[in-house]
Amino acid sequence: MSELSTPFRERAAHALDDRFLQQALTIATTKFIGLRREAFDAFPDGDALRDRAREIKEATLQRLDQHLEQLIDNVEGLGGRVHYADTAEDARRIILDIARRTGARLAVKSKSMATEEIELNEALLHAGVTPVETDLGEYIIQLAHERPSHIIAPAIHKTKGQVAELFARELGREVAADPEELTRIARAELRQKFLDADLGITGANFAVASTGTVVLVTNEGNGRMVTSLPRVHVAVMGVEKVVPSMSDLVVFLAILAKSATGQKLSSYTTLVQGPRRAGELEGPDEFHLVLLDNGRVRQIAGQLREALSCLRCGACLNVCPVYRQIGGHAYGYTYPGPIGILLTAMLHGGAAVKDLAHASSLCGACAEACPVRIDIPRMLIELRKDNVERAVAPGPERVVFKALARLLTMPTLYRLAAPVGRLLQRPFVRDGGIRRLPLFFGEWTRSRDLPAVASRTFSERWAELERER
Amino acid sequence: MTTGIRASLMVTCLGDLFYPEVGVRIVRLLRRLGVEVDFPAGQTCCGLPLFNSGYHVEAAAVARRTLPLFRGSQHVVVPSGSCAWMVKHEYPGLMTEPSLRAEAEALAARTYELSQLLVKVVKRTRFTSAIPGRVTYHDSCHLRRGLGESESPRAILRDLDGAELVELPGHDECCGFGGSFAVRLPEVSTAILDKKLANVEATGARCLVACDAGCLMQMGGGLRRRKSPVRPVHLAELLEVDGGE
Repeated sequence: MSELSTPFRERAAHALDDRFLQQALTIATTKFIGLRREAFDAFPDGDALRDRAREIKEATLQRLDQHLEQLIDNVEGLGGRVHYADTAEDARRIILDIARRTGARLAVKSKSMATEEIELNEALLHAGVTPVETDLGEYIIQLAHERPSHIIAPAIHKTKGQVAELFARELGREVAADPEELTRIARAELRQKFLDADLGITGANFAVASTGTVVLVTNEGNGRMVTSLPRVHVAVMGVEKVVPSMSDLVVFLAILAKSATGQKLSSYTTLVQGPRRAGELEGPDEFHLVLLDNGRVRQIAGQLREALSCLRCGACLNVCPVYRQIGGHAYGYTYPGPIGILLTAMLHGGAAVKDLAHASSLCGACAEACPVRIDIPRMLIELRKDNVERAVAPGPERVVFKALARLLTMPTLYRLAAPVGRLLQRPFVRDGGIRRLPLFFGEWTRSRDLPAVASRTFSERWAELERER
Repeated sequence: MTTGIRASLMVTCLGDLFYPEVGVRIVRLLRRLGVEVDFPAGQTCCGLPLFNSGYHVEAAAVARRTLPLFRGSQHVVVPSGSCAWMVKHEYPGLMTEPSLRAEAEALAARTYELSQLLVKVVKRTRFTSAIPGRVTYHDSCHLRRGLGESESPRAILRDLDGAELVELPGHDECCGFGGSFAVRLPEVSTAILDKKLANVEATGARCLVACDAGCLMQMGGGLRRRKSPVRPVHLAELLEVDGGE
């Protein structure tokens, strides 16, 4: 939660001035956009599957309680334990209890936004359990004492040069800015951690209700180590991620990696079925699934319902013109980008996104890229509307907009807009354009000229045009 | 020549105050094509700025006032994709009374952005360019993604006599206008604009064409500030019938 005391506009402006961030964002988002496009171009069924995926999500939300009950029964039937957390605090307490009871000192983690959401690492540290992030991107930002700036690419804001510097500082020796070399170093550092850890903590991309299977979609193989080497595995999952059946799962797997990284499938799709059973060589002694509500269930009947279909693929971040300019940290919350604004409203309430709801030009690129076609711009407008109606929007803004509304409903008054505008603009007009304006209008003219109000508006020319006929 | 086609011009607030020439050209162009054009009195703004900022009660009041102005119109032609989107996409939902909602739906069905009217109603794509040379086209977000219209403007520009259309890299990326977004977050809006204009200048086009006054205000304002030789033009400013007026 970086510097929330600073206004969003300043945080964004600060990000725009960060040369490294700009470089890193341009390279990464452009690459993601191209890969996603290629993946779907080569997959003619993609559009139909996206529709199907959304239908499954909608149908699942209709009966979420039943699907969750079935999931719980099946996970417990496999020898696992399921915990239900109403809040982030509940989730932390459940996980800390497990750590305490099993005497855990070292936890290895696979990449998980849900554990970021509940700020688990801080809680673990406080309880004397050392969390070690094992996804390369997460490992990097843990070393840097930062938070993820992208849903699937947590260190997207760093250039390889910055990562090399970070590793060099950590190891006390020179490190080349070569991704392969950097990966080798992380791998060597992490291997022993996997072997020493008592606790493995993951998120979950899906859980299949009919079989009790928890599904992890990863690319580095670290997820498998986390779920199979430590004595205890805890998976933390938002309740909305349950899918009814294996055939439903296949639909999501077909579109998730394409949307996220442009891969046909991710390198690893890990299916976890409870703890190790008698006769099995690998797997934990204990398996726990923490189902996280934290404001989600309330939205099944709320205005953010559609956001419960989100797969956390990050496609909307990559195409968002705002995200591409400012990156994830400027948003200030766990989930950045267009979907992040909706999730922030879900977790922290609509007033928390008073400014963030306006961090969008409503260009619609997010809705177009979303694999399950979430109408993000529509919900951003709804959040703005709520903040207007609850008087959360700033007073001066409300006065201006309400005055504008009066003007637009009174044609006789509106007719005066042009002559008044021409009078007021007189000191500022040069060659039909305006370079600098005072007050609030200066926000426009700081970087753009403004056209002058025409010497004769269209309305004022119409009578003449009528005579031309 | 008369086609029996009638169209009412919804000039929009930006069109009226800042780009009257666009409206004038649309009227003359359509008349030459045999379309009977009128301009219903009492127009102000479609209400999109109010709607997008969350002032829906106020936007609905503007929409309720606008509806009857176009009651007798056979077709409504709008020079901006975003305003056309507002009428087509949002007016019906803003009307709570069933009779007004039906009227809004009927208005939505007969409302066209200019290129749509030319291609789909007048069924004409062949024109002569008023400014010969290379042109490039910016897809306005509300026209492309909101109304699903990317083909009509291109069909016209491809057939445009005297002009060569080159595709703009990132043609479907936002210009950074976004209504009040441009002044709420001017730094971000400008950064998005700078990227857009770098792409525009890389095409070597003489004219940057768009079908939305908002985008033209943003991109035109940026081009003028950087003293660029590229001219921002509305599609209507390029189109001539039989080589002149």
